[in-house]
Amino acid sequence: MRRVTTLAAAILAGALVLTSCGGDDAAETTPKDDTGTSAAASDIKVGLAYDIGGRGDQSFNDAAAAGLDKAAEEFGVETKEAEASNGEPESAKEERLRALASAGFNPIIAVGFAYSASVVTVAKELPDTQFAIIDDSAAVGDNIANLLFAEEQGSFLVGAAAALKSEAGNIGFVGGVDVPLIHKFEAGYKAGAEAVNPDIEVQIKYLTQPPDFSGFGDPAKGKTAAAGMFDNGADVVYQAAGGSGGGVFEAAKDAGGFAIGVDSDQYNTADPAVQDVIITSMLKKVDVAVYDFLKTVTEDNFTAGPLTYDLEKDGVGYSTSGGQIDDITDKLEEYKEQIISGEITVPTE
Amino acid sequence: MSVATAAPRVDLRRLGITIAAPTLAIVFSLLITALILISTGDPVMSTLDQVWAYGKQPRVIALTVNQATTYYLSALAVAIGFRMNLFNIGVDGQYRLAAFAAAVVGSSFELPKPLHLFVIVLVAMLVGAMWAGIAAVLKVTRGVSEVISTIMLNAIATALIAFMLREVAVEVAGSNNIGTKPIAESGALPGIPLIPESPLEVFGFIVVAALAGVAYTVVLGRTRFGFDLRATGHSESAAVASGVNVRRMVIVSMLLSGAVAGLVGMPQLLGGASRSYSLDFPAGLGFTGIAIALLGRNNALGMAFSALLFSFLDASSIILDINDISKEIVLIMQGTIVLSVVVAYELVRRYSIVAEQRRVSRQLAEEQASARPKEVST
Repeated sequence: MRRVTTLAAAILAGALVLTSCGGDDAAETTPKDDTGTSAAASDIKVGLAYDIGGRGDQSFNDAAAAGLDKAAEEFGVETKEAEASNGEPESAKEERLRALASAGFNPIIAVGFAYSASVVTVAKELPDTQFAIIDDSAAVGDNIANLLFAEEQGSFLVGAAAALKSEAGNIGFVGGVDVPLIHKFEAGYKAGAEAVNPDIEVQIKYLTQPPDFSGFGDPAKGKTAAAGMFDNGADVVYQAAGGSGGGVFEAAKDAGGFAIGVDSDQYNTADPAVQDVIITSMLKKVDVAVYDFLKTVTEDNFTAGPLTYDLEKDGVGYSTSGGQIDDITDKLEEYKEQIISGEITVPTE
Repeated sequence: MSVATAAPRVDLRRLGITIAAPTLAIVFSLLITALILISTGDPVMSTLDQVWAYGKQPRVIALTVNQATTYYLSALAVAIGFRMNLFNIGVDGQYRLAAFAAAVVGSSFELPKPLHLFVIVLVAMLVGAMWAGIAAVLKVTRGVSEVISTIMLNAIATALIAFMLREVAVEVAGSNNIGTKPIAESGALPGIPLIPESPLEVFGFIVVAALAGVAYTVVLGRTRFGFDLRATGHSESAAVASGVNVRRMVIVSMLLSGAVAGLVGMPQLLGGASRSYSLDFPAGLGFTGIAIALLGRNNALGMAFSALLFSFLDASSIILDINDISKEIVLIMQGTIVLSVVVAYELVRRYSIVAEQRRVSRQLAEEQASARPKEVST
């Protein structure tokens, strides 16, 4: 009995300490409340609720944070950020939204599909509060705006870039967690690569299965998976793996291959040591969406319902920093035109 | 006569010792938390004030009670193993697999309400028991430590659910979430408006959790089976000597632990809004259960208080986060409580052994002293 108790305590305490260490990044970056620092001070208070990871993930959440910071600076809105805990129930997400609302924050932006059901519930309770949710169109209400992205279109273009750059006719895709959202990246990437070279081999690997979401924050896993692909003959690997992506870049560096970044222009944000392997990044402009949304709110122009950021709206795209794909941008632009005109329909699954 | 009067006094003292340890632990962790708050430059008193002001709102109380209900069931499942000297780390995998299976089965048909609920809960308990049973069988037939096998089974459960969820999942248009088909209205367990003025209702499953707590106390404390179980936990060889079939006890207690683990996901599944098992179904409750069982010292009432404390701390992490105080402080506090409670119990245990030895030696000395004059006189 005592032996078991002590063992249990030791394991648990270890686990708790590790969990709290994991959250350190987010804890260090204290949210900004720049009230009145800008020219046009506004009395609007914006609440932003992240899913797990929060500010500091160098990816999706950071993009949302960037949009928020820009809006805070330009419109002088007060901002507040809150972040989900690992494995929390739906009721905790609802409560986070309620607590933000009762502290006077309006509008409230929910970052990530996990907030879908919670936003619906709380939006009904608080009809005077305006909500926006990113990556979800299932949450419908008179006071809910849905900010969506055509990730498959952007992924199509980087898929085409990978195939054009690949000499081996063998490329890879590393997904963070095996969820429908990431399947869209995979589907677009594959379609883009096959449009260039129908015989191309695409290796696919997801790092973790839900509810284990560590695949979005574990560079070691990303490195192992990508190294395996390079060993199997791939020469370009695209990652849609959030914080695990850094490992994919390292693997590419070690193997002398190339990598493709995701969400933001990772040539600029990644470790300078691996900069030269990042030939392009699939841009998912969450910052633009957040900024645009806040702009409509400050202009008293809130519109409920879905708004999709696609190639046409320049909400997704590819980056050219580093100049490594300058030789193929003409081709990529051609594909882009064809997608916008509807000549090419990119699959989402 | 002296025995009769001594018994209640000893019990009182034991009660004092039992309460002293967790109280010490909580005070100690409060101190640590205060030190961390000071070192990060946050005012201690106003932070605690904010947490308290937030936590006493009726809405938040309802939230706390709901979360505590789930934690409590998880702690009970762990405690059954603990009493038997078995460390069931696998409660986490057991409840997730059980809730998933229950969601799949429960959404495949409609029945009159009580029957539908009964079937869903039964499926959950059976699946939970079965998953724990694998570890039990491995232990009695191959001598595999249940610590190792249940950790492995957790990982296997995760993979299994991920695989099967893809097979059975229904996609909601426009959502990036996937889940099982929602259970029909007849499988919904209505909430109870337990907290006055709260817009939130308390999970109806709280009744089941309370009954489970009572059953736990009665079965372990008042039945032959419970005695055998505790005896095996204290000393396996002594249990064997008194005719207990230890292998059978391992199997039965693991099955029981797994069955109770199967209940852990039920408050959320039957009382939540979506009534389906989706990607964001709460995970990790099994590990919190271990902490709560440790803090509550495997005592039904003690675990209820611990569950409330943990869920109160969880709720306070939301307001801390909004008030720009890093919410990881809650994790630190929970971790310190668990560590220090074990240390405190060990200290108290050693102290009471020493105290007991002193008492006995004093008694013996007194007896000898009173006997000696007689010897002299004869």
